[in-house]
Amino acid sequence: MSTSPQQSEVSASQDLPRKRGVPEGLWIRCDGCHDTVFRKMVEKNLGVCPQAGCGHHFYVPAKSRIQQLLDEGSFEEWFAEILPLDPLSFHDKKPYRDRLRDEQQKSGLSEACLVGRGYLRGRPVVLGVTDSSFIMGSMGSVVGEKLTRAIEAATRLQLPLLIVSGSGGGARMHEGIYSLMQMGKVCAALGRFHEKKGLYISVLTNPTMGGVAASFASLGDVILAEPKALIGFAGPRVVQATCKIELPKGFQTSEFLLEHGFIDRIVARADLRSEIARIIDYCG
Amino acid sequence: MSTDETIAQDDSNIDSMSATARRVLPFERPIFEMEEKLKQVERTGPPSAASRELIQNMREQIAKMKRNVFDHLDAWQTVQVARHENRPQTLDYIELVFDDFMELHGDRAFDDDRAIITGFAKLDDRKVLLVGQHKGRNFKERTEHNFGMAHPEGYRKALSKMQMAAKYGLPIVCLIDTGGAYPGIGAEERGQAYTIAYNLREMSQLATPIVCVVIGEGGSGGALGIGIGDHIAMMQFAYYSVISPEGCAGILWKNSKFADQAARALRFTSKDLLEFGVIDEIIREPPGAAHRDHRIAAANLKASLTQALRHLSGMEREQLVERRYEKFRKIGVFEESLITNVST
Ligand SMILES: [Zn+2]
Repeated sequence: MSTSPQQSEVSASQDLPRKRGVPEGLWIRCDGCHDTVFRKMVEKNLGVCPQAGCGHHFYVPAKSRIQQLLDEGSFEEWFAEILPLDPLSFHDKKPYRDRLRDEQQKSGLSEACLVGRGYLRGRPVVLGVTDSSFIMGSMGSVVGEKLTRAIEAATRLQLPLLIVSGSGGGARMHEGIYSLMQMGKVCAALGRFHEKKGLYISVLTNPTMGGVAASFASLGDVILAEPKALIGFAGPRVVQATCKIELPKGFQTSEFLLEHGFIDRIVARADLRSEIARIIDYCG
Repeated sequence: MSTDETIAQDDSNIDSMSATARRVLPFERPIFEMEEKLKQVERTGPPSAASRELIQNMREQIAKMKRNVFDHLDAWQTVQVARHENRPQTLDYIELVFDDFMELHGDRAFDDDRAIITGFAKLDDRKVLLVGQHKGRNFKERTEHNFGMAHPEGYRKALSKMQMAAKYGLPIVCLIDTGGAYPGIGAEERGQAYTIAYNLREMSQLATPIVCVVIGEGGSGGALGIGIGDHIAMMQFAYYSVISPEGCAGILWKNSKFADQAARALRFTSKDLLEFGVIDEIIREPPGAAHRDHRIAAANLKASLTQALRHLSGMEREQLVERRYEKFRKIGVFEESLITNVST
């Protein structure tokens, strides 16, 4: 990669190492404690490393996230019929069309986000979840449209809005300017929701970068983050290349953002449900 | 500007930028050579009928060459024109388009970010608030303006002045020209992502006309951060992209030297964006592009701004905000299938 600051772009963090969720196999290696841990134990523990003193938060797929947050069987998916197209006939090493098909097969998702409504400890909410395993959780037309419709529905129904963000990619390059404009579209919808005094709780998970961070993820009335998530605008490698000095320890982590005043709380996954319920009760 | 990363600015980039920019662009060379020849002919002796005819022919040929080259620029050539060092920038347009400019400084929180210039200005008799990204031309200016790459304080300054403008019903003109929001340590510490997001949300709600023009580079979120408006235009050879061609090539082609391929793939020229319905207007540039004639470029920009503001100022404020919402609301290309989706 060149070191030009020109690439300080919304999608710049797509150079992060690819992670396709929890790998297959009985045992998995934990990035937190570097121990090998029993996969079943991790899953039982909401995708958090069970080793004493570790607590590393693994990636969880959007569907598991919904199960973790909402009351059992209460999720009603919306707008699932919205599917991606290839408006630019984009072609890098691989045609975008083929990439979409491959990502759909690998992830079992039709796109990088799920939206709908459900109950969180008995409280009705509109929920959106982006899944960082689908083209880095990047926002193209489908993510933008589904989120916008969900926000508009929350506005109409006067329900609290909860969006769980996970995106290493930010805006989806393969859809060019259409993806950049989704940032404006979603933020405008959030503007109306805000005007109508809607409660928006944003939950940031590892990673939340680029155009996702620079749009809906940052606009929560209350912003929660899971521990040690990578959160920022430009990818750390781009920042490093631009500044040519060592990045501060813990740069762009949840803890760094808390220290600099950009999030309200760091919340362990096991406590998310109860904390969100408390916030709704304070604001609802 | 006193932040560490400004001092540690990427030198290699400065060198490469000025080296390519000062040079005549490769595809302009034949035009410049012909112009040199014309100058020589014009210098030699009293004009005879024959030399007058020759001069006339050469002028016509130059005009034709300019058309041939600039009517068919590819995406990567467009980027080079958009980044051209002599291309008119915000401060040039302030001189040539507006009167009575009165700069307003500072974000009331941290700094006065010189990458974005804000102030009152007059477009003939119409009072406006001007917001413009400015890159600077030489090393000193570029350092002062941080290459037009704003920190959070720049976006915050822009929004606070725009909110004031809305309070007094002043229309807003945003001139966009940035490679991107600055990707530095200080920018991250001070909430680059949040500040841009906040600008997007608030600009979508401002109850006053907003006209945005991409005059050079429309670099991603850094451009969009002052880019939510009622009328969005691009100068003919500007580009407006989700990511720089170099950045895109680095990620998808694993090497930034494939920037020309990425540029073509991204479809970010003014023609593309007009076709996509993302922008409302292309503002024509003079023969040979804006860097060859600032005055014509400025006159065309002025005509466009005047027309857009005249049109928008007749609208009710509520209708304006509603219309702006719909403008962005409808952008996106997707399929809405009747078949049950693959995800359930
Ligand atoms: Zn562990």
